[in-house]
Amino acid sequence: MGPITLGHYLSLGGILFALSVIGIFLNRRNLIVLLMAIELMLLAVNLNFIAFSHYLPVEADRMAGQVFVFFILTVAAAESAIGLAILVVLFRNRASINVEELDELKG
Amino acid sequence: MNSITALFYVFAAVLLFAALRVITARSTVHAALYLVLAFFSASCIWMLLRAEFLAIALVLVYVGAVMVLFLFVVMMLDINTDELRVGFWKHLPLAGAVGAVIALEMALVLMRGFRLEAPLPTAKALEIGNTKLLGIEIYTHYLYPLQLAAVLLLVAIIAAIALTLRGRKDSKQMDPSQQVKVKAADRVRLIKMPAVVEAPSVKKEGA
Repeated sequence: MGPITLGHYLSLGGILFALSVIGIFLNRRNLIVLLMAIELMLLAVNLNFIAFSHYLPVEADRMAGQVFVFFILTVAAAESAIGLAILVVLFRNRASINVEELDELKG
Repeated sequence: MNSITALFYVFAAVLLFAALRVITARSTVHAALYLVLAFFSASCIWMLLRAEFLAIALVLVYVGAVMVLFLFVVMMLDINTDELRVGFWKHLPLAGAVGAVIALEMALVLMRGFRLEAPLPTAKALEIGNTKLLGIEIYTHYLYPLQLAAVLLLVAIIAAIALTLRGRKDSKQMDPSQQVKVKAADRVRLIKMPAVVEAPSVKKEGA
């Protein structure tokens, strides 16, 4: 086993992303686990950003990836807060978080 | 095989195991706890990549705030997990196929290139450190996006409160602004009625 290259980190991010896609397919009824799978996807993306920022040969641009991760963390925190608020309101009105019962907006 | 290589494989194994348990755990509380483990291992991997500030921020923001919020919501709602797991493995072939395609496509790209070795940290980076470098970058080049992110967080706060706020229906309360705005006409209604006295009916003579 040689030293860790950029490819190792990118592969880890790719496998993590694929796992969360599988999770979205499997847990298609449970809204909370769907939100968790989305968080895992964002984590995989952030891992790629940080790996690229670490291995970038140009020193002047090296921090740009970490700045992006900073903003993605902000947006992801806001997203999960609003998502959970919607979930609570949904459960209050329907007494269920089953995604397959949420078909009232059908045209 | 130096220590960073060994640590990378350990953290990556824990991260993937935790992610697998997040998507397959029977109880939602267990899934949330495994997600905490996944975030923590990811933070350790970010440490290996010399992103100390973001690693600490990930633990503080995600493990400290977002996952507590998740656990709070999961425990507050009375969810019947068994009902949600009917036909759980039914879509496994499709899901596995999609996941394998994603991983294979990634592998096709990654096998060719990206065999980069880590560049040595420059003297400047070693001297002032990752946190200060990130701070300089954020507060100079990315100042305007930073303000936008702050506004976004404010909007998220207000939206989350507004969504979940509900007035209690059974509480009796006074609204001072309505009380001040009241006029005499709202209290007493004067009705104008014609002063008509009904004449006594008179029988006609000889009828």
